[in-house]
Amino acid sequence: MAFLSVRDLKVHFPTVDGVVKATDGLSFELEKGRTLGIVGESGSGKSVSSSAILGLHRKTSAKVSGEILLDGTDLLTLSDEQMRRRRGKDVAMIFQDPLSAMHPYYSVGNQIAEAYRVHHDVSKRAAKARAVEMLDRVGIPQPDRRVDDYPHQFSGGMRQRAMIAMGLINNPSLLIADEPTTALDVTVQAQILDLLQDLQKEFESAVIIITHDLGVIAEMADEVLVMYAGRAVEYGSGNEILTHPEMPYTWGLLSSVPDVSGDTDARLIPIPGNPPSLLNPPSGCAFHPRCPHRDKVPGDLCFTTLPELAPGTRTETHLKRCHLTDPDAVYEREVLPEIAPDLVEESHS
Amino acid sequence: MSDRTSDELPVSAGMPNDDPRPRGEDPVDSDEIDYVAPLEAHAASVADPNAKPILEVRDLKMYFPVKSSGIIRRTIGQVQAVDGVSFQVPEGGSLGLVGESGCGKSTTGRLITRLYQPTGGTINFDGRDISKTSARQLKPLRREIQMIFQDPYTSLNPRHSVGSIIGAPLAIHKVVPRDKILPRVQELLDIVGLNPEHYNRYPHEFSGGQRQRIGIARALTLQPKVLVADEPVSALDVSIQAQVINLLQDVQREFNIAFLFVAHDLAVVRHFCPEIAVMYLGKIVEIADRETLYNRPNHPYTQALLSAVPDVKQAAVGGRRERIRLEGDVPSPINPPSGCRFRTRCPIAQEICARVEPPLLQIGQRHKVACHFAGELGKHPDRPVTAPLLGVDDTGAPDPGATPSPLAANEPGYSDTWYDLERKTMASA
Repeated sequence: MAFLSVRDLKVHFPTVDGVVKATDGLSFELEKGRTLGIVGESGSGKSVSSSAILGLHRKTSAKVSGEILLDGTDLLTLSDEQMRRRRGKDVAMIFQDPLSAMHPYYSVGNQIAEAYRVHHDVSKRAAKARAVEMLDRVGIPQPDRRVDDYPHQFSGGMRQRAMIAMGLINNPSLLIADEPTTALDVTVQAQILDLLQDLQKEFESAVIIITHDLGVIAEMADEVLVMYAGRAVEYGSGNEILTHPEMPYTWGLLSSVPDVSGDTDARLIPIPGNPPSLLNPPSGCAFHPRCPHRDKVPGDLCFTTLPELAPGTRTETHLKRCHLTDPDAVYEREVLPEIAPDLVEESHS
Repeated sequence: MSDRTSDELPVSAGMPNDDPRPRGEDPVDSDEIDYVAPLEAHAASVADPNAKPILEVRDLKMYFPVKSSGIIRRTIGQVQAVDGVSFQVPEGGSLGLVGESGCGKSTTGRLITRLYQPTGGTINFDGRDISKTSARQLKPLRREIQMIFQDPYTSLNPRHSVGSIIGAPLAIHKVVPRDKILPRVQELLDIVGLNPEHYNRYPHEFSGGQRQRIGIARALTLQPKVLVADEPVSALDVSIQAQVINLLQDVQREFNIAFLFVAHDLAVVRHFCPEIAVMYLGKIVEIADRETLYNRPNHPYTQALLSAVPDVKQAAVGGRRERIRLEGDVPSPINPPSGCRFRTRCPIAQEICARVEPPLLQIGQRHKVACHFAGELGKHPDRPVTAPLLGVDDTGAPDPGATPSPLAANEPGYSDTWYDLERKTMASA
């Protein structure tokens, strides 16, 4: 059995206007030492799902159901007290915006040491020594001096490093990084991604990286989960999904981002429309109102029936939620020539 | 300029009626989202090499004072946000400004729109220097140079309807009579792909991408000649970014607007701008046409910046470029390093870099670089190429035996001759 196994996870928020189905039946597995990348637009349920793994949803405002098995234990059956003992120790999270995730009134070292003291019965001095050690490990220069600085005295990249130090101080076996580099410049982003990869190798943790940047996914993820309107729409190995995507939404994501090295003749094809409301998701396949390929599906299947997340035409482990029967052919014939004309020429010659 | 009247505004300035652009769906009552046909796909913008410059910036400087705390707030230093920047933007063309946060690219954009009074240098717009124009005289200028802001949530007044936001410039500049404002607003909404019937709605009723379209409509209201776009898509979702970039390309083509496109996303800039300037700590370190800058960058900072961008399509075909790791953070612009400002993080810096500031040297037909060791990645020379030109020896100490060559000072645009790095002589086309 996999180290982390999420089965049919649902996170529903009852509101006065109706139930917001932020995550609706999400399943995936993750082994130790591997990285899962979750991609999707805002409101696709990426962050909500990962917060559920940490047990961060208030029971009064969210209905969480399904199973989250971490090393065989279902986290959803734990009491608040039991969950608190695991949070930060077995499962840790790195948040997107380190400035708002850190307390401005406490020194960085104080906050990192606190994360250690919560789970270990050690003196303040020992915890601080451990915090210095972690700051050094994540590449903060002069950690013994900087440990007493406040978050505002750190630069954006250093703050994110400090967040990573805080997340890793208890050697968690599962690390969730929610948009860890979105607020950072590219050169700093490269530093942080390298650091995350090094630390993962060292600690053998399982990592979930949530992002909307396909480039980050391409660099980091062993497996990729594409989410749309609270559901997984494509799931498989990173390489497989980036080279042979089978779901029109993934095509849309790939074709709507320009590239630094690609052909300048490549076209930028946006996904029309806006992400759907989770209060009233579209019938059938949630992507059908924005899907340019729905006419290729006979009848009105796309409008009426939600497709299963099932293996496509390629491998058993590459799952997609789409009614198209020959997605590979459509991709090579219609999508690839537009977004990467150079690749098509190469494969022909 | 003031002889423009409403009669001259093209009535059919927008797209034809069968425009496949999506009509704005209302996220508030989006019970059903109407199907919208795929949008027209857009290839990268191309440059017209013969276009004359509409905007010429020369040695532009912006120093912000740093005040001491306490009752007597003395000026104790200066943030050199922009320090001697020169460039040209051709009529109807686009120049991209890229760099990390704090490099002065947004400040440059705001100086062009004269939201700041520059500390030094000139901004030549359509043959006039506008860098010292008084606030009163600026009013007609505002019609010519407009701005699109980064954050569509904070740049629209939540208490004004879309109609009054877009119509305000028309009323302020008295471009059209009051009763003609509404039809013009609706026409603009149509141009940017929003439903013209939605003029009486408020910003909160629109999604992020739609709000950015409202911001674009507002900027287009007065038919500007230059648009400064400050990170116009970075606050938007990826699938929406492409819609907005395509819209900007459409309006650029339609109305022949010159763009100064400020962004940190190198891929977006590559798509939108045929010419790109890379900034670091308030200075342009490299400026070139798109092909040269992305394929043969000569400055170590540009090389590091490009290598740091995660590349989907490259990774998808299995190739992963080697990253150049830059150590540390950008130094403070209050106390920038001596000589070359990049030297503290530069992998190839030598003694001369701390002593002498490298000039922005033209090394190709449309390629300038500010580096003593300019060269393609892995082919940086061992000895400073600039030393003989500057009259110093290889360590940067003054060399009495050398005769400095007259170098084109910090000039905007390109000259017909340039310094050939390979042959170490002047060359021409």
